[in-house]
Amino acid sequence: MTTVIKTINLNAWYGEKLALIDVNTEIEENKITAIIGPSGCGKSTFIRCLNRMNDLVDIFRYEGEIIVDNININDIEPEALRKNVGMVFQKPNPFPKSIYDNIAFGPKIQGVKDKGELDSIVEQSLKKAALWDEVKDRLKDSALGLSGGQQQRLCIARTVAVEPEIILFDEPCSALDPISTSKIEDLMIELKKKYTIVIVTHNMQQAARASDYTAFFLDGKLIEFGDTKQLFRKPVEKSTEDYIIGRFG
Amino acid sequence: MDRLRIQRIRELAIEKTLFLCALVSVLTTMGIVLVLVFETLSFFEEVPILEFLTGTTWAPSFRPQHFGVLPLINGTLMIALGAAVIALPLGIASAIYLSEYAKPGVKAVVKPVLEILAGIPTVVYGYFAISFITPLIREVVPGTNIFNAASASIVVGIMILPMVSSLSEDAMRSVPGALREGAYALGSTKFDVSTKIVVPAALSGIIASFILAISRAIGETMAVTLAAGATAKMTLNFFESIQTMTAYIVQVSLGDTPYGSIEYRTIFAVGAVLFVMTFIMNIASMWIKNRYREVYT
Ligand SMILES: Nc1ncnc2c1ncn2[C@@H]1O[C@H](COP(=O)(O)OP(=O)(O)OP(=O)(O)O)[C@@H](O)[C@H]1O
Ligand SMILES: [Mg+2]
Repeated sequence: MTTVIKTINLNAWYGEKLALIDVNTEIEENKITAIIGPSGCGKSTFIRCLNRMNDLVDIFRYEGEIIVDNININDIEPEALRKNVGMVFQKPNPFPKSIYDNIAFGPKIQGVKDKGELDSIVEQSLKKAALWDEVKDRLKDSALGLSGGQQQRLCIARTVAVEPEIILFDEPCSALDPISTSKIEDLMIELKKKYTIVIVTHNMQQAARASDYTAFFLDGKLIEFGDTKQLFRKPVEKSTEDYIIGRFG
Repeated sequence: MDRLRIQRIRELAIEKTLFLCALVSVLTTMGIVLVLVFETLSFFEEVPILEFLTGTTWAPSFRPQHFGVLPLINGTLMIALGAAVIALPLGIASAIYLSEYAKPGVKAVVKPVLEILAGIPTVVYGYFAISFITPLIREVVPGTNIFNAASASIVVGIMILPMVSSLSEDAMRSVPGALREGAYALGSTKFDVSTKIVVPAALSGIIASFILAISRAIGETMAVTLAAGATAKMTLNFFESIQTMTAYIVQVSLGDTPYGSIEYRTIFAVGAVLFVMTFIMNIASMWIKNRYREVYT
């Protein structure tokens, strides 16, 4: 059992507003870790710390340590970190380009120029995202013509194309229908063989079904973190229990 | 009951007044176009349209008279081209800077400055060209005519720069943040995001701004009249004096050309050419903007 992500006394602010309070976590390799908690409790803030996405917010700052692969994330370039820690967003955000160019974008940024190599990356990535069969005959078509669920799988393929080690999902199914949702869940379970996955979700069934570990956040604090089955069957904290049986949030 | 009726009458009066105001501006525009068409047609009764559009000598006030408009079009396009070479790269670069790089504080200073630049009367630009740019050019390229296309191009380029940068910046800013985040999440640098995501996504708006700016350069009058001179000729040499369509119209309007004479009516024919050119460009700009309007959301 290897820890790939570790946060130590993580505190985060937007301006004066404290959004995360003393968050200590250890996230395990090749597992799916679900982040749950009511709206505004800091779930997105937490995972966006892990790939320094919050750097894009002017008023954001944090204290404490975030360690990925035994390296403090402030000791490497944000671009290198983000290549290694991919992210899939709540709303599918394909680029207004062709399906092919969406996938090839990341590898090209990393300096891959060879056409044959790009072709094979595109094919492999789409296969990993279970999208290849649906789009193989229209790679040159705009990605905006895909359905929402397909767009989200395209975004997963795009992320996989730069060969990250960790993939962060921020409510990836909240804009999708149940069938697309279950496809993405299946996909995540498949992906965890190769990647470490952290997923924010509002869907308790999803967390219970798909994840190995679950972290419950409330008002910026990590309340409870443990084995998913155990946490859902026998939560230690009263507030966790209240949340998962739907008493608030 | 009575109050209600008064209210209704008032609403009606307001509506009609506003309608009349709108009507006045529409009628004025139509009137201008009609005069232009009418005078142009009567001009073409005396000068064959083909001779006008294909002739390479423009000399309406000498004997024998020549009415070939190409030298004026040539001069106009030179200025437009020269201005574009200056304004398009600088405009898009400053738009990228403002939209993607500038901190809010810097932006709060730079944007108003650009807008002030756009508000300076064009005659001031003309003086700036004559008194500053021209001497500078003559310093660097000796033998340059005191009136020359280069100086006018540069100053018109500076003049349309705010238009390119502010319209392009609007287009770039309307690119959803989610696309930028998607690109950053793949390990892109800010430069990658700006040039490979934001600019392509905003391309229709950027091109529309280019066309509008060039159309403005074509119609620009005061600065080119002052800086470029009044020598209608077929040339590609930017260091010579040339004449644009607008500068010619000014020359005739201010000179002692008798009203109603054929020389006088040339300005309507030239004005019509100018009108058609800028009209087509404005339509093209609108078409591109609507045709390729952001399909994302
Ligand atoms: N860019 C920002 N600027 C200022 N405050 C922010 C910003 N982003 C988030 N916050 C605040 O930080 C707190 C945590 O927000 P966060 O987005 O992490 O919540 P969340 O748990 O992801 O909620 P949701 O389930 O609604 O997505 C909230 O109070 C929110 O208002
Ligand atoms: Mg969130």
